[in-house]
Amino acid sequence: MDTMVVKAGLGDILAKVKAKERLSADDAVKLYKTPDILAVGYLANLVREQLNGNAAYFIYNQHINYSNICTNLCKFCAFGKDKSSPSAYEMGVEDVVLKVRERLDEPITEIHMVGGIHPDLPYDYYLELLRGIKSVRPAVHIQAFTCVEIAHLAELAGKSVADTLAELRAAGLGSIPGGGAEVFSPRIRQLTCEKKLSGEGWLEVAKTAHRLGLRSNATMLYGHIETVEERVEHLAMLRNAQDETGGFLAFIPLAFHPKNTELSGLSRTTGLDDLKNIAVSRLFLDNFPHIKAYWVMIGPKLAQVALAFGADDVDGTVKEEVITHMAGADTEQAMARDSLVRMIREAGRTPIERDTLYQVIKAY
Amino acid sequence: MNTLSQKILDGQRISADEALILLEKADIYQLGFLARAVRERLHPTPIVTYIVDRNINYTDICISACKFCAFFKTPEDPAGSLLSFEELGKKIKETKELGGTQILLQGGLHPDKPLSYYVKMVRFIKRFGIHVHGFSPPEIWHFAQISKVSVPHVITRLREAGLDSIPGGGAEILVDRVRKLTSPRKCTAAQWLLVMAAAHEQGLRTTATMMFGHLETVAERIEHLVRLRDLQDRTGGFTAFIPWPFQPNNTALQNVLPTTAMTYLRLLAVSRIFLDNFSNIQASWVTQGPKIAELSLFFGANDFGSTMIEENVVAATGVSYRLSEQEIRRLVEDAGFTPRQRLMDYSLVGQE
Repeated sequence: MDTMVVKAGLGDILAKVKAKERLSADDAVKLYKTPDILAVGYLANLVREQLNGNAAYFIYNQHINYSNICTNLCKFCAFGKDKSSPSAYEMGVEDVVLKVRERLDEPITEIHMVGGIHPDLPYDYYLELLRGIKSVRPAVHIQAFTCVEIAHLAELAGKSVADTLAELRAAGLGSIPGGGAEVFSPRIRQLTCEKKLSGEGWLEVAKTAHRLGLRSNATMLYGHIETVEERVEHLAMLRNAQDETGGFLAFIPLAFHPKNTELSGLSRTTGLDDLKNIAVSRLFLDNFPHIKAYWVMIGPKLAQVALAFGADDVDGTVKEEVITHMAGADTEQAMARDSLVRMIREAGRTPIERDTLYQVIKAY
Repeated sequence: MNTLSQKILDGQRISADEALILLEKADIYQLGFLARAVRERLHPTPIVTYIVDRNINYTDICISACKFCAFFKTPEDPAGSLLSFEELGKKIKETKELGGTQILLQGGLHPDKPLSYYVKMVRFIKRFGIHVHGFSPPEIWHFAQISKVSVPHVITRLREAGLDSIPGGGAEILVDRVRKLTSPRKCTAAQWLLVMAAAHEQGLRTTATMMFGHLETVAERIEHLVRLRDLQDRTGGFTAFIPWPFQPNNTALQNVLPTTAMTYLRLLAVSRIFLDNFSNIQASWVTQGPKIAELSLFFGANDFGSTMIEENVVAATGVSYRLSEQEIRRLVEDAGFTPRQRLMDYSLVGQE
């Protein structure tokens, strides 16, 4: 196999991977631009197996999107709606609690909850959401509110991000999802989501959370108007932040879905794009323990293949995911646990059901 | 494994046992690497071909009632239908208007239409001036039974009426143990091969398929490949091999768990390596979707199949991927290959 990698022009990177040496930004650009996906995947798998052996993780989780009302209205988003839009919705605390209550008979270990930047829901609403969920399902881990939402909540509260996070945590927040990172480059943010928290601001919230002992994830929305160099810059900023705090659990590359967005003229990502982003991030983000192939975005088939191209996690049972489906995702809204287990097994990996913090619940 | 890899890289033929070892033990990178080496030997220029055509199913009425099929209607079912020649003509005109060069004409095993009916059908279609890739071996076998004539006679009559080539459908798994379980009323493995041999003898080119992932064992998948390779050694009449996974929804076997992408890619790669006398291997975007189909090009496939202006059989299982010619070209280019439109015999259409 080494011959194949050398033939693909990646001999120098192979040597670095074997020596567990850190890759440079130039290396990452080169990997992105290498047409030979097998060679790139093979390299990513070396790192994947160094870090995670043969394990492939999934979680039994429930997604709740409490409101799609949003003042940011990013161009790549089909989910966010102006408050006056007929398709705008917001769930009361009771509605959210009901959603959790309806599924108390299922072994859900995580509630994943995000929403838009709502213009007038009060700070207390968010605290009540967390308390409400915990009141009916005390043992569940709540992974909620992206860094963008946290920054907004701090503003609402008129408190520092650290104090806000401490209060949210006291109300039941367990960790922070990786959304809202998009592409950190100011050029991209200016063109696609000018009202959104900046890349620097996003990283500052994440690092603050880490310093308080809250873990978080990180994402990158690829496949719209960003360049390869901007992707690598994004990854480098994440790697630096992780060097500082070590608080990131997983990196999740997110495939842009153009349908119903203002960028609907763009094509959907190809399978090669998706695998490249998984593989390059696995190779470059050497200090991230996990790389997730989010099946809702890339489809279960490609998520399975991604387990051989650097990914060690496929997310989970999900259910009721709204954000990607509004943008034309043709995947199912849920996957049963046995389907996840089988898909992992047929990829030659060991299925491990985990909790949010990657503690093993059960090996299959 | 290293010896086996070297053998493949040296261009030597591998045995059924070795194919089984590859299928069960080789890692995915190794399979991709070896399949690509074989593919590059057979196709030194990085071209990926596709055809613009339409699947026309002249009837869904079928006496075979195969357990893996979601498309057929029994002869008693009032929902079953047979397309009139007028409807056929309309579909063919549309196909030509959309730049189609071929129709893939297949249907159920109709209980009482005689051979002369199909001869008339082909003559009618040929008036439009389009390549007719039609009548899979189970249909040909059925026509011979129903009109009490020999298989070579059926092929001669259809060929004289204008039939251009024969599709490789109805092969499923060419092992009678499996056929008895899933499709006892359909022609046997030997009969399927006999039809293809007779067609090749008369100068008709054909394709070959495999529908896997239902009741067969992994060894039976290899046995299927062995039979195809043996016949191809004798006749050289196959243009391409097209494997695709069984789609269980709405069939009598819907409790069978669907084949995963990884299993598909592994089988595709082993087919490319094992079938060293087949020029072309097709990706199945219609069952796998665009992402895995693109990836297939790294696992031995050199053809993207058809644009399928119309497709009914897979669609009956609820799988509904659609791809335009433009999207196919984009995927092929994204994977680093040059897309080229082709005809059934793999001759290229137009200039790049």
